[in-house]
Amino acid sequence: MAGHVTTSSLSASFGDIQAIDDVTVEIPANKVTAIIGPSGCGKSTFLRCLNRMHELVPGAKISGEVVWDGKNIYGPGMDATEVRRGIGMVFQKPNPFPLMSVEENVSAGIRLTGGRMSKAMVAEIVEHSLRLAALWDEVKNKLHKPGGGLSGGQQQRLCIARALAVQPDIILMDEPCSALDPASTQKIEDTIDKLKQNFTIVIVTHNMQQAARVSDSTGFMLAREMGDPGRMIEYGPTNKIFTMPDRKETENYITGRFG
Amino acid sequence: MPHLARLSKARRSPITKTKSITANLRRSLHRGIRPGRGRLGDSLFAAAAFLAAAGIIALMALMVYKLMQQAMPAVEAFGAGFVTSTEWDPVNNNFGALPFIYGTVISSLLALLMAVPLSLGIAIYLSQFAPSWLRSPLGLVVELLAAIPSVVYGLWGIFVLAPFLGKTVEPFISGHLGGIPVFRGPVYGVGLFAASVVLAIMIIPTISAISRETMRNVSRDQKEAAQALGATPWETVKMAVLPLARPGIIGAVILGLGRALGETMAVTMLIGNSPKISASIFAPAYSIASVIASEFAEVTEGRHMAALIEMALILLVITLALNLLARLLVQKTGSRATKAKARP
Repeated sequence: MAGHVTTSSLSASFGDIQAIDDVTVEIPANKVTAIIGPSGCGKSTFLRCLNRMHELVPGAKISGEVVWDGKNIYGPGMDATEVRRGIGMVFQKPNPFPLMSVEENVSAGIRLTGGRMSKAMVAEIVEHSLRLAALWDEVKNKLHKPGGGLSGGQQQRLCIARALAVQPDIILMDEPCSALDPASTQKIEDTIDKLKQNFTIVIVTHNMQQAARVSDSTGFMLAREMGDPGRMIEYGPTNKIFTMPDRKETENYITGRFG
Repeated sequence: MPHLARLSKARRSPITKTKSITANLRRSLHRGIRPGRGRLGDSLFAAAAFLAAAGIIALMALMVYKLMQQAMPAVEAFGAGFVTSTEWDPVNNNFGALPFIYGTVISSLLALLMAVPLSLGIAIYLSQFAPSWLRSPLGLVVELLAAIPSVVYGLWGIFVLAPFLGKTVEPFISGHLGGIPVFRGPVYGVGLFAASVVLAIMIIPTISAISRETMRNVSRDQKEAAQALGATPWETVKMAVLPLARPGIIGAVILGLGRALGETMAVTMLIGNSPKISASIFAPAYSIASVIASEFAEVTEGRHMAALIEMALILLVITLALNLLARLLVQKTGSRATKAKARP
């Protein structure tokens, strides 16, 4: 099954500030993995290390390994753009291309690959991706309207469709619902639930209920003090993390004693 | 004024300390809406601002009126034929503007042709790719190009650029591409091409500085959207940066074009000052700004002066028309962007 990721001793920093330290986890294929933790614990940085987005920030450094289906994505000869095509990403703030239509937004990634694709083929991928993202029925009559004209929740599902269209193995979601209302959040969570049949999903969230609702495994990250790098405190099946965590810190966070 | 009476009655009634503080606060906050000196200041300020704004329109109107009035003798003598005639004969009092319009427009367009790709390259590099330690110094150097007086460009053009073009570049192009009429014919160094090259160098800072600014303003999440789809650095620029920066880039190009159309000194020194329309871009030519600058001091005859002034009017119209066109272009591309951003 494609879409299996293992990190070993993964550390990342911005200039002199270390953001995460020594994270070793195994993310199973076709499952939803949630990363939770208080602000500044490095969970977004961890996510951005999984598809080489972290290195785009000036001064970023990474050590350790991220092995995706047997290949170290930081290994020699690996092409970052190739990695990002196979490991897509959805961001905290919906960021459709404002000047492109709904259809152009979804097909943006496949048009990049440069290969000649027939119009019918593109249209088919667009429809398929929009259906997967549960957006098709709402936009099928405005495929040629600007993508920026949709509501916030629709924009975020458009971004999910855009990420799906390039047929990645894995989709990383960085707090995809934090800018959305409860109804839109619900739709995205339903989408995530359906997507795991075909994709591996890693979702960073602030919202513990969300993690409990959507994920199969959960990782809890924590930076012990301000300025300390974030570490993976505990990682395991979601049920276990939320009902009987091994670590005191996890329990404190889950029960709302801090964070 | 009943509300004032009510206020003063309230002040007299016994009240607790906190209440009086609240009342005082309210009084001082509401002072602004009571009629008084504040009103007079406002209307004076409004009138002054209106006068300043109206002044600029009046000035513009007066300028156009004066130009038209003084161009009248030429308009009466030559009519519409003025812009189509290629004759420029001060001795026989026969004047036509076409060679000058041609020289002005072609030299500016050639300059754009050379400057725009270069400037966009500079802007893309400075805003997207340059390491941060290089950004400021390099940006400063480019902007300094704008601070060099045009007469200095002219001198450099005459003593360095024109000989170089005349001995090396032009014979080379002529030798290899001489089959194409625009590159055929004798080369002198000084001429339409040399003027265009200097104009290009002069407008590069304008175009690149403004384009760089608009490209820098494209938000990081737009670039990340492209990068996360597997876009290469160039694809990211093409997909996420250039479309959003386009209105600003068009504005920058138009500002550059405006500068090129009106540039006088450097062009006068390099264009060759010969009122002829030649097929070859290496041949000497003339521009509107140059002919006005070089001939108006020696004008002895009324119709000659009127012809020069009519040319000034034509230059004004060309510049205004281009500016309007650019504005329309920016509005058209810009409105699509704002419409798309209307809903968050």
